[in-house]
Amino acid sequence: MTGPALPATDPLRAPHVPPVRRRGDGRVRQLARHVPWLVSGAVLLFFVLAAIAPSLLATQDPLAINPAAAFSPPGPGHLLGTDESGRDIYSRIIHGARPSLLIGAAATAVGLVLALLLGTMAGFGSKRLDSGVGRILEVLFALPGLLLALVFIALAGPGVTTTVIAVGLTSAPGYARIIRGQIVALRNSPMVEAATVLGRSRARILTAHILPNALAPVAVLATLGLGQAILWAASLSFLGLGAPPPAPEWGTMLSAGRTYLQLAWWMTFFPGLAIVLVAAAATVLSRSLKSRSAR
Amino acid sequence: MSTATATPPRHRPVFGQYLRWLLGRLGGGIFVLWAVATAIFFGIRMIPGDPAEAIMGGPGSQASAEALAAARAEYGLDQPLFVQYFGQLWRLATGDLGTSYSLKSPVAEVLGELIPSTLILAGLALTVAWAMALGLAVLSTRSGRWGSALGSGLEIVSAAVPHFWLASVLIMVFATSLGWFPPVSTSAPAGLVLPVATLALPLAGFLGQVMRDSMEDAQRSPFALSARARGESETGVLLRHSLRHAALPGIALSGWALGSLLSGAVVVETIFARPGLGRSLLSAVTARDIPLVTGVALFSAAAYVVVMALSDVAERIVDPRIGTP
Repeated sequence: MTGPALPATDPLRAPHVPPVRRRGDGRVRQLARHVPWLVSGAVLLFFVLAAIAPSLLATQDPLAINPAAAFSPPGPGHLLGTDESGRDIYSRIIHGARPSLLIGAAATAVGLVLALLLGTMAGFGSKRLDSGVGRILEVLFALPGLLLALVFIALAGPGVTTTVIAVGLTSAPGYARIIRGQIVALRNSPMVEAATVLGRSRARILTAHILPNALAPVAVLATLGLGQAILWAASLSFLGLGAPPPAPEWGTMLSAGRTYLQLAWWMTFFPGLAIVLVAAAATVLSRSLKSRSAR
Repeated sequence: MSTATATPPRHRPVFGQYLRWLLGRLGGGIFVLWAVATAIFFGIRMIPGDPAEAIMGGPGSQASAEALAAARAEYGLDQPLFVQYFGQLWRLATGDLGTSYSLKSPVAEVLGELIPSTLILAGLALTVAWAMALGLAVLSTRSGRWGSALGSGLEIVSAAVPHFWLASVLIMVFATSLGWFPPVSTSAPAGLVLPVATLALPLAGFLGQVMRDSMEDAQRSPFALSARARGESETGVLLRHSLRHAALPGIALSGWALGSLLSGAVVVETIFARPGLGRSLLSAVTARDIPLVTGVALFSAAAYVVVMALSDVAERIVDPRIGTP
């Protein structure tokens, strides 16, 4: 913290750690700062590519059954091993990227749209509307995560569509609260005051001034939420309430692998690793987006 | 924090203020419970399908028309909707949660048996997660930039780990290969280790992220500077001043943490074959056992309301800058 990054005139920002000499010059550290988001970006790019064009990356047909090669351990023939029917795990993970990412993205979209509606109503509407929406959010918060999703599935029955809506529903209140905060802050900004003085209508102020500015942090949230949505959706699939078995969806693959845990650890380990990679990469990317926009 | 300067006498709120706060909390809590019960009641009637069929064991049961009619009469499903609705609210208000369709025993009894087991699991996991998150935040803040980067990397990865995968990996390593712990959660303490670890690790990742951010902010704050100026050691500043700030967002998140633990319990109890709320919720959802689902939902909503009120109080104790209610 000895470098020129800190303004020397601000006593409160004075280095709290005694200056320590560090190995490597400034350039190395500059590069090191970019490593996290570059790596996470590459991971996400890989899986997005897998989702768009799985045949480019997959080595075999994800559904091709080959009983002779059942339960092959990871090796040269099958990079990440095979499952109980001799299907190639690596190719299944690649082909599973599309349903898994799509479910996650759709759920995030459902959550964001719902949150945008609720957050705008609360942040831009009357005081009464604000407290009304606040009550609704409190109810949604009281049934968090899987519980809300499970209650919803109990009512609507299992399936992919239900999973998307259920996961979206669970993520909506968190987004809505943040969007509301953004809008309230913008509503009291000089920019909006100026627009009001100029006689702009409320609708115009909302669409031209408030929403575009409120949406930047939403993009950060969406990146973060994507990882979590994939994780929740996979949990539901794992519990047997999401995508039905033959599909190479990550949660479904894990659920199938659980039966053979003692026999073929790779059936469970690698699909889970894919989920961890995507979720962690999404978190890292959203954190560096956030610190970029803060600077 | 003994300073020579005289602090202004702290404003002591009168009893009425506490009472008003308590009543407000209570009202909010009752509203939440009412809304949950109402949403489920109307939700089940909005979707296609005959509730009587669910009572008889689902569409596959081929129940006769007489049996369905009998079930409808028994559960009051033949009455007008608003009679059913207010009847249901009245029963819930008087503590009657109804009879489980699938287990054929009173929901209150079922919950009474399951709640302690899940609470032990969740409570242990919460304690372990807090200890891990705080420990990691303190250790990595102390060890400079690389420690901080390593700590935050660990947190991000553990927050990204799905419960069901972590549970499988832990079983593979510690139960199958090493044989240290049983793969099935028994009543013995050793049987709790893997389920608690599964629940605690991702939670610790989330808590650690917010705790470290807040701790690093505190380390750069004016009060930390003035403590250093008074000659406090770095460790002293960290433990006596910044630690409180690390704890604050953790406390504020405790309602969310409860939800994450109960959600995780669904998966963990299923994998480790441990009886509890989560596993029963899952089987109730599969069987569309609406009274049991409603019971679990009401319990977790009530727990959320209580935890939020407690965390509100705890925040005020830890951070004196937040006024009394």
